[in-house]
Amino acid sequence: MRLKSLLMATALGLGLGLGLGGGLQAKELKFAFQGTLNSLDPYNLNETFHLGFQGNIYEGLIRRGADLTIEPALAERWEVMEPTRWRFHLRKGVKFHDGSPFTADDVVFSADRSRAEGSDVKTRIAADTKVVKIDDHTVDFITSKPNPIIHVEWGTWYIMSKAWAEKNNAVSPQKLSGNEENFATRHANGTGPFKLVSHESGVKTVAEVNPDWWDNPNKEHNVTKVTFTPIGSDATRVAALLSGQVDMAFPIPVQDQKRVAGNADTRMLIGPELRTIFLGFDQYSDELIYGNVKGKNPFKDKRVRQAFYQAVDIEAIKKKVMRGLSEPSALMIAPSLTAIKDDRFKRHAYDPAKAKALLAEAGYPNGFETAMDCPNDRYVNDEAICQAVVSMLAKVGVKISLLAQPKAKYFPKVLAPNLDVSFYLLGWTPGSLDSWNVLHNLHGCPRVSDSAAVWNKADRDKIGRGKFNLGGYCNPEVDALTDQILSETDPGKRNAMIEAAYAKSIGDIAYVPLHQQALAWGVRGGIELAQRADNQFAWRHVQVK
Amino acid sequence: MLDRILDSDIWYSFRQSKVTMTAAVVTVLLMASAVLAPLISLQNPFDPASLDLLDAFLPPIWQDEGVWTYPLGSDDQGRDMYSAILYGSRVSLLVGFASVVFAMILGVGLGLISGYVGGAVDAVIMRVADVQISFPSILIALLIDGVMRGIVPKDQHDQLAVYVLVVAIGLSQWVQFARTVRGSTMVERNKEYVQAARVIGVPPFLIMLRHVLPNVTGPVLVIATIGLAVAILTEATLSFLGVGVPPTEPSLGTLIRIGNDFLFSGEWWIVIFPGFTLAALVLAVNLLGDWLRDALNPKLR
Repeated sequence: MRLKSLLMATALGLGLGLGLGGGLQAKELKFAFQGTLNSLDPYNLNETFHLGFQGNIYEGLIRRGADLTIEPALAERWEVMEPTRWRFHLRKGVKFHDGSPFTADDVVFSADRSRAEGSDVKTRIAADTKVVKIDDHTVDFITSKPNPIIHVEWGTWYIMSKAWAEKNNAVSPQKLSGNEENFATRHANGTGPFKLVSHESGVKTVAEVNPDWWDNPNKEHNVTKVTFTPIGSDATRVAALLSGQVDMAFPIPVQDQKRVAGNADTRMLIGPELRTIFLGFDQYSDELIYGNVKGKNPFKDKRVRQAFYQAVDIEAIKKKVMRGLSEPSALMIAPSLTAIKDDRFKRHAYDPAKAKALLAEAGYPNGFETAMDCPNDRYVNDEAICQAVVSMLAKVGVKISLLAQPKAKYFPKVLAPNLDVSFYLLGWTPGSLDSWNVLHNLHGCPRVSDSAAVWNKADRDKIGRGKFNLGGYCNPEVDALTDQILSETDPGKRNAMIEAAYAKSIGDIAYVPLHQQALAWGVRGGIELAQRADNQFAWRHVQVK
Repeated sequence: MLDRILDSDIWYSFRQSKVTMTAAVVTVLLMASAVLAPLISLQNPFDPASLDLLDAFLPPIWQDEGVWTYPLGSDDQGRDMYSAILYGSRVSLLVGFASVVFAMILGVGLGLISGYVGGAVDAVIMRVADVQISFPSILIALLIDGVMRGIVPKDQHDQLAVYVLVVAIGLSQWVQFARTVRGSTMVERNKEYVQAARVIGVPPFLIMLRHVLPNVTGPVLVIATIGLAVAILTEATLSFLGVGVPPTEPSLGTLIRIGNDFLFSGEWWIVIFPGFTLAALVLAVNLLGDWLRDALNPKLR
C-alpha cells in the first residue's frame, strides 16, 4: 500500500516535471551593469540606467522603439486640440501587475507625483501644465504656452498606479538625498512587459515576464526571467561575461573590448552614444565651497573657465583614456541630434601656455586650489578622465584634489538641493533627443523668478528650469531663446534659434564639453538584442536561443 | 659592541642560513630604495603636474615601444611604474611600520597590565582579546576603516587616509602582542627579583616597565617582525579593495588594484611589477621573522 502510493507520487512528480519542462521553456537573461540600482522608484533619479531599467517594468504614455522612434504605449493615440491643449486617448483593458486597471486617474496622479517635492524628473511636465481627466480613458494636457514637443520627453515618464501608491503610502516620491525610503523603493507595480520578483540593492534584482502584458500579441522577446547583477569592477564584469556568468554586460571598458570581440562566445556591440561628457563649474557662489581663494569665486571669471578649457588636452584623453572610442565635442549635445553644421562650433585649442596666461590675466598667476567631484562607476572611464584632467590642470598651476566615488554617493552630493560641489564631471543625454532639453536642463537659469538669487537655498526644491545646471550658469538671453524654441513650430526658425542659443552659451563658456562616448555592450552568442543609442537596455527586444 | 654582535649565537645562526641572508638583503634593498625614493626615482608620481597622459600605457624597455624614461613601463595615467613602485612601497612600509608600532604599544601595555595585575582586569582584557581573535584581522581592519571613514569628513579623507589605516591595522593586531606579553609577564611576576622589587616598595608601574618588560622583549620582537609582513599585506588588501590610500598617492595595493583593470587587455606590467614587489617584500620579512623566532627559541637550538 505504502509502496504503491510512493510509486504513484513519483510518477506524478515525474510527469509534472516533464510536462513543465516541455511546455514552459525557461529563457533566462542575466546581465550586469557597472553601477547599482539604488531604488525602484521611477521618479527618484533622472539617470539613464535608472530610468532604462524601470522602463522594463513601468511604461509611459509613449515609448521609444529600438531606433528611438516614438511609439504609442499606454496612450493609444493623441491629438492636438488647440496649440495649448493636447488630448491623449488611453489604451483600454491595460492592467497593472497587481491586477488593478489602468485609468486616467493614474495619469493625473503620476503627473502630480512626478512634479512633487523630491522628484528628480520634474522637467517631464512643466509646473504650470494642467492635467485634466475627461473620462476614464481620456486625459487633456493644457499648457500655458504652445508646446509642440510635449510628449517627446515622456519616453521615461512612467505611469504609476494611484490606488497602489495610496494603499502603500508611496504617494510622494523618494527623495534622492537622505535615507528615507518609501514602499516604491523596493517594490514596483507597473504595466510593463516584466514584473519585479525581488530586489536587493547592490546584490541582484530579478524580474519575470508579465503574461498579461497588453502588447503580448506583438511581442518580440522570448525572455521569461531577467536577473540583473551590479558588478563594479571592470575586470570582474568582463570576466563574468567571458566565463558565461552573465549573458550581457555593459559598459565594457575600452581596454577590454578587443578581448571580448576576439572571444568565440562573445561579441562587442559598439555604437555612437548620444551622451555628452562635460566639465562644469560653480559660477554662482560668491566663494567656492572647496578652494583656497577667499572672498571671490574664480569661476565667475570667463577667462578662468577658458583657461580650464584650453588646459585640457582632449586628443590625449581620446587616444589614451578612451582608446579612440570617443568623439571630442564643442557642443553640449551629440551633433547628430541637431541640424547644426559640423564646423559651425569648434573647440578651443589645447594650449597650456595660453591657459597660464589667461589665469595670470584673471589674477591667478600662480593658479589656485579647488576640488573636483567625479563619479567612478557611471561613465566610460570616468575616474581616469578626471585624473587626467587633474594632472593637466596641475601643469598650468591649478591644484585640484579629486574625490571620485560611486554614483550612489556622487549624485546626492552634487545634485540639487545639496549642490556640494565646485568643479565636476557629468554626462548628459537629452531624454527627448532634442536640444530644448539640453538648454532647459543644463543652461536654464535655476531661480524661481527673475529677481531671485540663482540657486537660492530656500527655493532649491522648486527649481524646474536649470535643475541640472549645477554651476548656476545664467544668461537671460539663452533663457528667452529656450522659451521660444519650445513653442516654435517652424523647423527652420527653430533650428536657427537653437544654433543662436548654443552660440551664446558656448561664447560664455558655460561648460567645457569633452566628448561623446561610445556605447560598448558585451553580448554572449545566442542572445539577440537591440542596442539603443540612448544606452537604455530594453529587454522586450531580447531573443534568447 | 660590534664584536659582541659578531660573536653572538644569533649572528652565527644568521650566517648559517643562506635563505635568511637572502631575505635580509632583499628587505634592506627594498627598504633602502623606499627611503631613498625621491633621490633614485625618475619622476614624482604623487605630483599630478609631472604626469603626461600621452605617455600612458608604455611597455617596459625590453619591449618594442619601451623607452628609457619609463624603464618598467607606465600606467594608465602616464605614471612611471618604477617610480610608482618606489613611492608605493614607501607608503606600504610606512603604514606597516607605524601600525605595528601602534599595535605593539597597545598590545604590550595591555598585556603587561593584564599579566601583572591579574584578576578582573585580566579577565576583561583577555575576553575582549578572545572575542577579537575569533574574527579574521582583515575583517576587523575593514570594520574599523569603514567606521572611521564615516566619522571623518569627506574632504579630509585623503589627508587622513594613512592615519586611518594605521589605526585600523594596528587595532586588528594588538591581541597577539597582548597574549604573548601576558603569558611571559605571569611567569616573571612570581620570580624572586620581582618579589624583591615589590618588597622594597617599587611602585607596580615601575616594576612592569623596568623589571618585567625587558625580560619579555624577545617574543615581542618576533611577533613584531611577522606582524610587519601581515600589516603590509593588510594595507595592500585594503587599498586593493579601494578603502586604503587614494589613487593619487598609490601604495603597492592601490597600484595592483589599478593594474587589475588592465589584466585582460595585455598591459600586464601595471599589475605584475607592484605585485612582485609586494610578494618579495612580504616573503622576505616573513622569512626574517621565522628565522628570528627560531634563533631566539632556546628549545630549538
